[in-house]
Amino acid sequence: MRLPRRILAFAGRLLSQPGPLASVLFLVGLALLAAFADRLGIDPLAQDIAASLEGPSAAHWFGTDELGRDIGARVIHGARTSLITAAGAVLIAGAVGVPIGLVAGFFGGWRDAALMRAVDVLMALPGILLAMALIAVIGRSQSAALVAVGITGIPSFARVTRAQVLSLRKRDFVTAVEAFGGTPGYNMFRTVLPNAWSPILVQVVVLSSVAILLEAALAFLGVGIPPPTPSWGEMLRTGKSYLHDAPHYAVLPGLVLTVTILAFDTLGRGMTRLLEDRDSGASGLKLEQASR
Amino acid sequence: MKVDPVLSVRGLQVSFAGAEGPVPAVRGVDLDVWPDEVLGIVGESGSGKSVTALAIAGLLAGNAQVRGSVFVDGQDVVRASPDELRRLRAERIGFIFQDPTTTLNPLMTVGRQVTEGQVAAGRLARGEAGARAAALLREVDIADPVGRAGQYPHQFSGGMRQRAVIAMAMAGRPRLIIADEPTTALDVTVQAQILSVLARRQAETGAAVILITHDLGVVAEVAHRVAVMYGGRVVETGPVRDIFRNPRHPYTAALLNSIPRLDRADSRLDPIPGQPPMPAELPSGCAFEPRCALGRGQLVCRASDPPLEPQGPAQRAACHFAGEAAAPVRAAARAAEPRPEPTAEPLLIVDDLRVHYPIRAGVLRRTVGHVRAVDGVSLSVRPGETVSLVGESGCGKTTTGRAVMGLVKTAGGRILFDGQALGGLGPAGWRKARRHMQYIFQDPYSSLNPVKPVGEVVAEPLRIHGVYEALGGARYVAGLFERVGLSPRVMERYPREFSGGQKQRIGIARALALQPRLLILDEPVAALDVSIQAQIVNLLQDLQQDLGLAYLFIAHDLSVVRHISDRVAVMYLGRIVEEGPKDAIYERPMHPYTQSLLSAVPTPDPDARRHRIVLEGEIPNPASPPTGCTFHPRCFRADERCAREAPAFVPVPGEATRAACHYPGPLAGAPAGEATSLEAAS
Repeated sequence: MRLPRRILAFAGRLLSQPGPLASVLFLVGLALLAAFADRLGIDPLAQDIAASLEGPSAAHWFGTDELGRDIGARVIHGARTSLITAAGAVLIAGAVGVPIGLVAGFFGGWRDAALMRAVDVLMALPGILLAMALIAVIGRSQSAALVAVGITGIPSFARVTRAQVLSLRKRDFVTAVEAFGGTPGYNMFRTVLPNAWSPILVQVVVLSSVAILLEAALAFLGVGIPPPTPSWGEMLRTGKSYLHDAPHYAVLPGLVLTVTILAFDTLGRGMTRLLEDRDSGASGLKLEQASR
Repeated sequence: MKVDPVLSVRGLQVSFAGAEGPVPAVRGVDLDVWPDEVLGIVGESGSGKSVTALAIAGLLAGNAQVRGSVFVDGQDVVRASPDELRRLRAERIGFIFQDPTTTLNPLMTVGRQVTEGQVAAGRLARGEAGARAAALLREVDIADPVGRAGQYPHQFSGGMRQRAVIAMAMAGRPRLIIADEPTTALDVTVQAQILSVLARRQAETGAAVILITHDLGVVAEVAHRVAVMYGGRVVETGPVRDIFRNPRHPYTAALLNSIPRLDRADSRLDPIPGQPPMPAELPSGCAFEPRCALGRGQLVCRASDPPLEPQGPAQRAACHFAGEAAAPVRAAARAAEPRPEPTAEPLLIVDDLRVHYPIRAGVLRRTVGHVRAVDGVSLSVRPGETVSLVGESGCGKTTTGRAVMGLVKTAGGRILFDGQALGGLGPAGWRKARRHMQYIFQDPYSSLNPVKPVGEVVAEPLRIHGVYEALGGARYVAGLFERVGLSPRVMERYPREFSGGQKQRIGIARALALQPRLLILDEPVAALDVSIQAQIVNLLQDLQQDLGLAYLFIAHDLSVVRHISDRVAVMYLGRIVEEGPKDAIYERPMHPYTQSLLSAVPTPDPDARRHRIVLEGEIPNPASPPTGCTFHPRCFRADERCAREAPAFVPVPGEATRAACHYPGPLAGAPAGEATSLEAAS
C-alpha cells in the first residue's frame, strides 16, 4: 500500500499552517508527558496533609490540593486518563460506526433504513445521560467511562461515513469494480473506504475533543473514574469547593483542559479547510474556476 | 464601407496567480468584430478562449491580471470602474453561457429574469417589464410567451431554457453578444433549433456575435469569420471559407484532418500527436511546435513564437512556415481493415430487453408508475464487429449498455452472451461472465480510483479474478500499458497526474486486462478534446483489428459513429427506431427521426448548407410517452394512424435497414446523401 505517501503529503500541508502546527506540538507534548509521567519523579498520590491547599512554591510549582498532593503531578497523570479515555472511545465509536455507515450507504434500501434508524435512536438520547445510565449499570471504572463515551460517538461516525459513501457509490470507478466482477465486500472495503478516509479522520479529531470533554463532565458530576486516580474533571469538581480559599487549585486543570480542547478543534478545522480546498480543486490550478 | 468595429481587442494578456509564479492563460490576443458579424473562436481546453470572452465582458475574478486594451463600442473595458462596467454590460453586452440549467435562477420566474437586468439598470420601467418579457420570449420562438413568462425554470425544457437565456442576453438590445459554447450541453436536434434562433436574432438586430466553441461544424454553419486559438494565442484568423478551404496554420489544418466527418467515410483518422499544453507549462517558442508535423524539431520554431502575419488578402496566421501548411499534412493512412464475416454466430444477442424504473410518490413511497427507460430493445453483435447505439439524451442507450453488463435490473427480455443466457445467473455466474465483457466509461476523470497508482488500477481486475500471477504479473500489466500507447514507467503514478486522453487509455488498458471478447463503450470520447478524440478512436480501431474484439459503441456523436461502426441502431424513447448497416443508415435513412437527426448535425464545411429538418419540440418525458408511435408529435410524416397504433420494427421492403415506422421511405426532395442548398440564405 502506498497510502502513507498521501497521508504524509497531507500532514506536511497541514503542519505548514501555524494554528494546526501549534496544536500538534501541544498535543504531542501532552501525550509524551502522559506517557512518561512515571519517570518524571513526581507522585500524584503522595500526600502531605501539613502542606494542603498551598499556593505555588518551589517544591510544588502549581500548589497542592486538599490532601497536600502536587497539583502539577495530578494534572500530568490526569492527561493520561483523558487521552486514554479519548483514544479508547474514538476507537470503539469508529470500529462500530464506520462499518454501519459503510454498509448503510453502500447497499441502501432496507439495510440503510434499519441501521440509520437505530443510529437515530442512539443520537436522540443525550450523550451524558446515556453515559450515566451505563455507568449506573456497570459501575464506575476507567473502562466504563471509555465504553460509555465511545457509544455516544457511534452516530457521528456512522453518519459521516454514510454521507461520504453515498456520494462515492455513484462514481464510475466504483461501478467499474462491480463491472469487472468485484464482490460488494471487496468494493466496500478496498475501493470505497480508502476514498472516504478524510472526513473520517476529521471526525476522529473532533470526537477526541468531545470525548475528553465528556469524560471531564462525568468526573465533574462524580460518576467518572473512581478516586484516587487523577482526572481533570475530578480536580475541577474538588477545586470548586475551595474556590474561595485556594483559587489556584482549579486554574491548572481548567487551563490544560481548555487548551487541549482548543488544540483538537483547531486541528480539526485546519483539516476540514484543507480537504475543502482539495475537493474544490483550488490546490491545483483550474482556470475555469479561478476565472468565475 | 468604413464602419468602426463593435469590439476591438489589442494585445490582450491575462494571467492568473499560481503557486509558482503567474500562469499565462491569454498571451497577446488581437480581435475585431464588426456589426452584423459572427466571429467564431475555436480552441481546445486551455486554449484561452473562455478567458478571452470573460475578459472582454470584464467578468474575470480579482486574481486575474489583465493587460492590453479591450474596447466595446468605444468604451474601455480594462480600465473601466465597476460602475461603468455594470452599465456597459447592461447596455451593450449580452452573455450566453454554456449550461442554461445553471444560468437561470430557479427561484425567479423566467419572465422576471429575462428583464431583471434592464429593470435593475433603470432602462425599463417595472410596469412594462411583463409585456417586454413576453415580447422577448416570443422573439426566440417560445410558444405561449405570456403564460411561459410566469413560469419557473424547472418548468422549461433544456432547449427552452437556452432560448430564455438568449432572450435575456438580447433584452438590452446589445451591440455585442458573447456566446460561450451555447449548444454544447444540448442534444443535436435541439442544438439545431438554438443555432437557428441565434442566427435569426443576430440578423434581425444586426448585433456583433462572438461564438466560442470547440465544434468546427457549428463554426462552419454559423460564423462569418473564425479565430483559431491555441496555447493562449490566436494562431490563425480569417473568413470562414478560407479557414476551412485553405488553412495556413498547421494546427488548423491538422485539426480539420483529425475530426471524423458525417459527410465522409474515411477508414482512418489523422490524429494530432500529444496533447494541448497546460497554460502553466507552455513550451518555449511556438506553443504548437511539439505536436506540429511541419515544425517539430525545427530550430526557429523552438526559439521564437511566430507573430500573426497576413497570409493572402483576409487571412492571418502565426507560423514560421505558414505557406507550407496549406497542403493538408496527412499521415500515412492504414489500409481499410477487413470486415468480419457476416455469417459468424453473434457473440451478444439482446432480445426484447426492458428496463423500467419505478416512480415513487407520496409519504409511503408507493410506486405510482414506471419510467420505461428501455422498452423492448433487440440487437446482436458478432465477433469483431462494431454495433453502435445512437440517440439523444434520455433515449435509453446507456441504460441498455448497463443492463447488458448486469449493472441495472432488467424488467424483461433476454440477454445471451456466447449462447449463454445471462438473465438467471447468480453472483458467481456473473463474475465469470464479466471476464469476457468489459465496460469503458464516458468520464475518464471519474472512472479511475484516485487513491490507487494506475498500475494497480489496471491490475485490479486480474487480482479480483485471481489470475494476476497466472497471466504474468507486472510484466503482463506493463504490456497492457504499451498496448494502449503509454510507457510502463508511469505505472507508479496516480490518476490525477494524467490528462483526460491518457486516463481514457488507462481505462481501456484496464478493460483489456481480462482479455474480454466484447467491450461496451459508453461515449468513450465524448469528454475529450477534439484533437485527442482521434487518437482514442484510432486506438480502439487498432485494438479491434489486433484482438478481434466486438464493440457495442454507445454515442450521441453521429460523426464518430459513422467513422467507427459496422452497423448502427438509432434509439428514440427506449426503443430502436431504425437499424441497419452503417452506409445504409447514413446514405439512405428510412425513418423520419433518423433523417432529422442526420440533417441536424453541423458539418465542418461552410459550403455544404444542407436541407435541414428542424424538429419541433423536444424529447417527451419517458414516464408518459405519447400514444401510438412515440415519435409522432414531432414527426413530419405523422397522421392519425401514428397517434393510434405503434409501428412494428420490421425490415423495410427493398432496403437494407429495419425500421419502426408506418411510413418509412427515403427523404422526398433531397436525394439521399447529397448536399442541397436550400438554406443558403442563412
